[in-house]
Amino acid sequence: MTARPRVVVAMSGGVDSSVAAALLVEQGYDVVGMMMRLWSEDCGEGGANRCCTPSQMADARRIAGQLGIPFYVIDTQEVFRRTIVQFFIDRYTAGDTPNPCLECNRYIRFEWLLSHALASGADYLATGHYARVEHAPDGTARLLKGRDPAKDQSYVLSVLTQDKLRHALFPVGDYTKAEIRAMAAARGLAVAAKHDSQDLCFLADGDYRRFLRAHAPGAARPGPILTRDGRQLGTHSGLLDYTIGQRKGLGISHSEPLYVLATDPMRNALIVGTADELGSRSLTAGRINWIAGGPPASRFTAEIKIRYKARLVPGTVTVLPDGSVQVNFAEPQRDITPGQGVVFYAGEECLGGGIITRGQ
Amino acid sequence: MQSIYLDYSATTPLDPRVLAAMQPYFAEQFGNSKAIHRFGHDAETAIEHARETVARCLGCSPADVVFTSGGTESDNLALRGPAQYARVHDRPFTFITGPVEHAAVAVTARQIRDTLGAALRVVPVDRAGRVDPADLRAALHSLPANGIALVSLIHANNEIGTVSPIAEYAAIAHEHGALFHTDAVQSPGHLALEVEGMGIDLLSLSSHKFYGPKGAGVLVLRQNVPYLSAQTGASHEDHRRAGTHNTPGIVGTAAALEIACAERVESAARLSNLRQRLVAGVLSTIPDAELTGDPLDRLPGHASFAFKDVLSSTLLMHLDQRGIAASSGSACKSGNEQPSAILETLGFGPQWTRGGLRLSLGRSTTSDDIATVLAALPDAVAAVRRIAAMTATP
Repeated sequence: MTARPRVVVAMSGGVDSSVAAALLVEQGYDVVGMMMRLWSEDCGEGGANRCCTPSQMADARRIAGQLGIPFYVIDTQEVFRRTIVQFFIDRYTAGDTPNPCLECNRYIRFEWLLSHALASGADYLATGHYARVEHAPDGTARLLKGRDPAKDQSYVLSVLTQDKLRHALFPVGDYTKAEIRAMAAARGLAVAAKHDSQDLCFLADGDYRRFLRAHAPGAARPGPILTRDGRQLGTHSGLLDYTIGQRKGLGISHSEPLYVLATDPMRNALIVGTADELGSRSLTAGRINWIAGGPPASRFTAEIKIRYKARLVPGTVTVLPDGSVQVNFAEPQRDITPGQGVVFYAGEECLGGGIITRGQ
Repeated sequence: MQSIYLDYSATTPLDPRVLAAMQPYFAEQFGNSKAIHRFGHDAETAIEHARETVARCLGCSPADVVFTSGGTESDNLALRGPAQYARVHDRPFTFITGPVEHAAVAVTARQIRDTLGAALRVVPVDRAGRVDPADLRAALHSLPANGIALVSLIHANNEIGTVSPIAEYAAIAHEHGALFHTDAVQSPGHLALEVEGMGIDLLSLSSHKFYGPKGAGVLVLRQNVPYLSAQTGASHEDHRRAGTHNTPGIVGTAAALEIACAERVESAARLSNLRQRLVAGVLSTIPDAELTGDPLDRLPGHASFAFKDVLSSTLLMHLDQRGIAASSGSACKSGNEQPSAILETLGFGPQWTRGGLRLSLGRSTTSDDIATVLAALPDAVAAVRRIAAMTATP
């Protein structure tokens, strides 16, 4: 047996996880590559998830061979379908706009795959995320933003708890994407020019509306377009066709431009209004995860992200007695969307986050 | 980490004695056996000497031995040759086989049905994967007059280890005027093979399964078999298999087969002992585990199991991480685990059919290896089951 710490690296065949694996090998870890085969539409013979196609598998296998590390493809289709895809369908049916990547990190990568890694004798699970983890001597760990502000992926890792983060390594988080591509090229990894993996990887074509029409017909029923005070202005084609803040494509003529303000799943109604009605100064969120194990205070100021690609905005977080939070923003936010994650930062550190239940 | 190799049914390492026998035929005696000059003559001498050795080991005539590129090619030639002959002579061809054959037979059977108009009859098997002689007899009823019929049944099943009574099958085939082929790829070194004594008309071997080289094999093709080769070209192998002889492969095949036959009885007894300890240990320490195939009449070094609620490929990954190289006989490397068709055929339910494990023992397997596996396997199975069961839902 070797005394070197063993790390399983989740490989996708893409540039980030390939360089992550290479860096770990160079740092002297005992590295094992694993790739999850995830469920996808048409996943039978021939079909494959857009992020774990046979060609991605072949790429990852080749990189592993180049690095001289073992590599396994692990059948994750059933648990992914049952957990993540079903969640996606269910939340849309309930009128939310879920972010399955958050749940995938929570339940698949850092639960299911981490368990397999630990069960196979690994000390760590590494991924190609642009984030950093700081392991303290006392065994606690902090999640920090990736060094590349344009690529920071700490948002989707805000679901990690101490018992997971303790085993996490993010080798590319110390670099910019450009540096990672250069490092791939310098090491002769034949993935240097490949583009990033896809969100909603389980869709055959990236068209989530088509997918939901087939799998979540409840979210595709036509219903009324209403103003805040209940006047019907028209008929919508199904709530899944609209996003909050959307202006175009409402199909109603009105004296002023109209925006989607909210959805009302109970009435299957789309709520619209004028620009001055758009935006909220506060939101509530549930399913809160505090990375440190608890909030820094029952009320604190933070920088806040309300979507993966949103800008950080200042606000105040108040922890409510039931563990949920209320967030108050200095400026109204136009696209607070139930189902998306809200994530809290103190400078470089990601404190945790939760799932938006409503804006008001 | 020390690795324990328990996948001898998939392939074996080349025996150093075999390598030594092959060595001169790569660069020194490299001649083409068909050439008139002395280089060619030397190669031809070595090949014909190998042919005699193979014939002696298998109990047939040297003229019955056709050298091929391996088991798959041998199976292909064995099925296509008689089927093509029948087609050309406008005689109906009937192919009778079982549902647990190697893909080289099963897939080829479907193709000769589709391309050559062969009539296909599939005889059922019992829970051990064995054809009941009475069922074979029934399947041979009312064969077309003036037709050619070929029965092909595997000698020892690669996935579940069951050994079948091929001499009895051959006799039944002959009673009905049918020919008998067997895929005996798993047999050399483990089971007695006596082509004439067993009444076998065609037999397939693959050299790398018995410590010989990859890319080499044997088709035993008895003189009475109507045959039109599916591998055409020049007159090699008496027009039965065209292509320049793989001289080192052929020499290696003969050397390996000779050793396999000479050491068979002793090796089989030793492996059988180890295997019985392994099987007893697995079944007594792992819940919801079943031995697959026949518990007794099976390949001596072959232990196969089905585990409830386990994905083979995941289990194999965990075993490899623990330094144990095993197989399921059907698991794929691409993470798209399909149920084992053989386990389905044997009547295992959906919770079991993706949980096959094959541990196949060989020359280097020691008693300590068995102890190591028995220490590691229960833990690996438990881990795979625990992780599959625990995943929560958002």
